[in-house]
Amino acid sequence: MTEDAADAARAMVETVYRAESRRVLATLIRLLGDFDRAEEALHDAFAAAVEHWPSDGVPKNPRAWLVSTGRFKAIDAMRRRARFDASQGEVARRFEADARVSDDIADEDIPDDRLRLIFTCCHPALTPDAQIALTLREVCDLTTEEIARAFLTAAPTVAQRIVRAKAKIRDAVIPYQVPSADDLPPRLDTVLHVVYLVFNEGYWASSGASLVRTDLSGEAIRLGRVLHELLPDPEVTGLLALMLLHEARRLARATATGELVLLDEQDRSLWNREQIAEGQALVEQALASRRFGPFTLQAAISAVHADAARAADTDWAQIVGLYDVLLRVDPSPVVELNRAAAVAMRDGPAAGLALIDAILVRGDLADYPLAHSARADLCRRLGRTADARAAYQRALSLTRQEPERRFLERRLSEIGS
Amino acid sequence: MKYLCLIYDEEKKLGTMPKSESDAFMGEYFTFTEGIRKSGQYVAGEALQPVGTATTVRIRNGKVSTTDGPFAETKEQLGGFYLINAKDLNDAIQVASKIPSARIGSIEVRPIMVFDQQ
Repeated sequence: MTEDAADAARAMVETVYRAESRRVLATLIRLLGDFDRAEEALHDAFAAAVEHWPSDGVPKNPRAWLVSTGRFKAIDAMRRRARFDASQGEVARRFEADARVSDDIADEDIPDDRLRLIFTCCHPALTPDAQIALTLREVCDLTTEEIARAFLTAAPTVAQRIVRAKAKIRDAVIPYQVPSADDLPPRLDTVLHVVYLVFNEGYWASSGASLVRTDLSGEAIRLGRVLHELLPDPEVTGLLALMLLHEARRLARATATGELVLLDEQDRSLWNREQIAEGQALVEQALASRRFGPFTLQAAISAVHADAARAADTDWAQIVGLYDVLLRVDPSPVVELNRAAAVAMRDGPAAGLALIDAILVRGDLADYPLAHSARADLCRRLGRTADARAAYQRALSLTRQEPERRFLERRLSEIGS
Repeated sequence: MKYLCLIYDEEKKLGTMPKSESDAFMGEYFTFTEGIRKSGQYVAGEALQPVGTATTVRIRNGKVSTTDGPFAETKEQLGGFYLINAKDLNDAIQVASKIPSARIGSIEVRPIMVFDQQ
């Protein structure tokens, strides 16, 4: 093999790693029945690829080659350990018997096991923190340090969460499978919430200096695409649409210096048309199924905003209508608040303010900064300056997010004292 | 795999249930137990006397000390258990969700430790 061909083979290993490593890992976990064993096997398989592909050429079916190489490396490792631990020898023999049957397989013959991996990482018997950490580590291939940085946690904490989660999967025997049709709706719900939490953490950044942690949003969208490809459920489609439509506004929602820009003040020429078009097509697809849920409805609301060339052109009547449906499907005080803001745009600030006050009187969102800043905004528009100032100050005392804090301070100085 | 399903109920709530209701509740337990016996998942199961009858034993500095009551005061008390056979955690959760107390109390599902025979 020439030097050029060897270089090309090395580049190929990298390309295959980026494109296929999670699929290979997912299959190795199924075949070896253990996360750690599979990760070691994956590592060994790619190490073997780096060693052999430049001299032997890239195999015809790289994925199948990696799976079977990883599996044999794992059996080897178990055999070596069997010298010290007899039970490992038994496991190795069992896997070896399985492995012989399916030698020399084509890529297409290996099932895509990533759904099993996603459902296992998002099993409800794991804590939400562990679900997120494990999904980002195993499905998205983020390092522990990257996850820690994204969630403003210490790396050892994340590492410990992952270790504990894997131990629970192993010891409590959480099965490596896609749930049965009966179990699927609630289990899928958990998965979608994990994906959406990851997206939101990247998009809203609940605390800290940076408004958008793009990497996390990007990972969530990638995850959404994998789910959409493997599990064509309307809510999966709806969630992917929602994330794309939000992401499309990313450049417009903060100034170069990181200042927050509200939807009605955004420069709409900065919106990503490609993502909007894709998101809108997905929303229509999900709505047409007539089996849609809250994610699809939120995406539909986002799509109506995207339709308006100027903020003044927004079809607020349709947005209020969509919030009405959303409130029936998935009632929550936050949805009520958003509906109230839409009503304020359709019927005037007084109508919206009455609704927000009703929510706050119930005490549901008393500590939610956005409820107070929405209230402040309506008071400001009604000329009730003192009320507006008090509400902005309340919001300011509750917010944990730096750009939001600066935004509120700006508003406060605008209305004067 | 074997799993232990620990049944936690509020003894107060059970104690104040009207007789017709508690009879119906016990009836559900008999039906449930019958069901998992037939499916082969039943290994063992017992109801416990109320926590008032409990004694906690510990040895400190070589001396046995016994105290009245459970280790900690909690809203829900351990009231009974089932030891079941299940394929995996999902299977065990399926069974646990059918235990009548799952509706008013809670069920803790714990895998049974298997010690390697050396």
